[in-house]
Amino acid sequence: MAEFSLPANSRIREGQRHPRPDGAARPKTFRIYRWDPDSGETPRVDTYEVDLDKCGPMVLDAIIKIKNEQDSTLTFRRSCREGVCGSCAMNIDGTNTLACTKYIADVAGDVKVYPLPHMSVVKDLVPDLTTIIAQYSSIEPWLKTKSPAPDRERLQSPEEREKLDGLWECILCFCCSTSCPSYWWNGDRYLGPAILLQAYRWIADSRDECTGERLDALEDPFRLYRCHTIMNCTKTCPKSLNPAKAIAEIKKLMVARR
Amino acid sequence: MNKANRPLSPHLQVYKPQITSVLSITHRATGIALVVGTLVLVWWLVAAAAGPGPFATVQGVLRSWIGQLLLLGWSFALFFHLCCGIRHLFWDAGYGFDIPTVTKSGWTAIAGAVALTAVSWIWAYASLGGAS
Repeated sequence: MAEFSLPANSRIREGQRHPRPDGAARPKTFRIYRWDPDSGETPRVDTYEVDLDKCGPMVLDAIIKIKNEQDSTLTFRRSCREGVCGSCAMNIDGTNTLACTKYIADVAGDVKVYPLPHMSVVKDLVPDLTTIIAQYSSIEPWLKTKSPAPDRERLQSPEEREKLDGLWECILCFCCSTSCPSYWWNGDRYLGPAILLQAYRWIADSRDECTGERLDALEDPFRLYRCHTIMNCTKTCPKSLNPAKAIAEIKKLMVARR
Repeated sequence: MNKANRPLSPHLQVYKPQITSVLSITHRATGIALVVGTLVLVWWLVAAAAGPGPFATVQGVLRSWIGQLLLLGWSFALFFHLCCGIRHLFWDAGYGFDIPTVTKSGWTAIAGAVALTAVSWIWAYASLGGAS
């Protein structure tokens, strides 16, 4: 059953206000979710101010600047800083996106930063991805074949290859799955948009020979059919992909094979 | 590492309401409202079958201002659920998934529901004499 309010240990309190840096000409306020596993305290929101004249344009630039100059305890994942690794996915200004491709200038007022929603928090902005990675493994995200391996690669026509466009670009940042209310309430049994888009990526691959088995594995009231076409996933995808459409294609295949 | 006491990150508390999620939850809420409305319809039909006395009682309740307010709500719920249902049929057929179309079809469903509700009530008042 869906639990709409936060459990007692997850309620957020007002945290520390860090002083504005000296001589900041263009200060911008950042309000960032913090939780320290060692403190025994509940999560809090800390306030920082960053001088935009001395900071890069992206939210990730500001967060790195805060960590370097104001508060080295601030914890978050980041790697490529150009939207291809998916590490810095977080909830910024009310929607999920990559901190490295989100312009600070696009946020009116204070920049509010939270971890990906409805996830177990490891520390600060770092969610525990164990479950969702296990769900990813469950769809067996690799090419499965029954025919004997050819001497060289398995061929694919340009048209067949085109069917994978909009699917292979997914970077598994999980912005979509953690934006989905259905995944919030049933994330233990519903696979969620990111994993279902990946499932479709292998179903749609002309070289894969296990489409039937893949569909069998998804034919379940929860794994696939908890998608109610809310569309938060497509709305939030930082790579402009369309998980909702991919899920609809799977549902169509389910009907077509009856 | 203590995994047991890890907090749950905020969800409804921080996620911005958008046309996608707001229309989805309204679709569900209007569906629930229609279940109650259907019971009222059954009550009305049973009363009509039971005779002039019980029927007059139900008519009295439904024609009171609070009854009419509820009927207004149920009629809007019906048309909203209908319009969103048609939107869902397009999605089930695989159409209309890009965000500009989703936004447009969403606003169209809202406008359609408001217009159909208004037309029904204007028609009801004009041809049936409304609350009289």
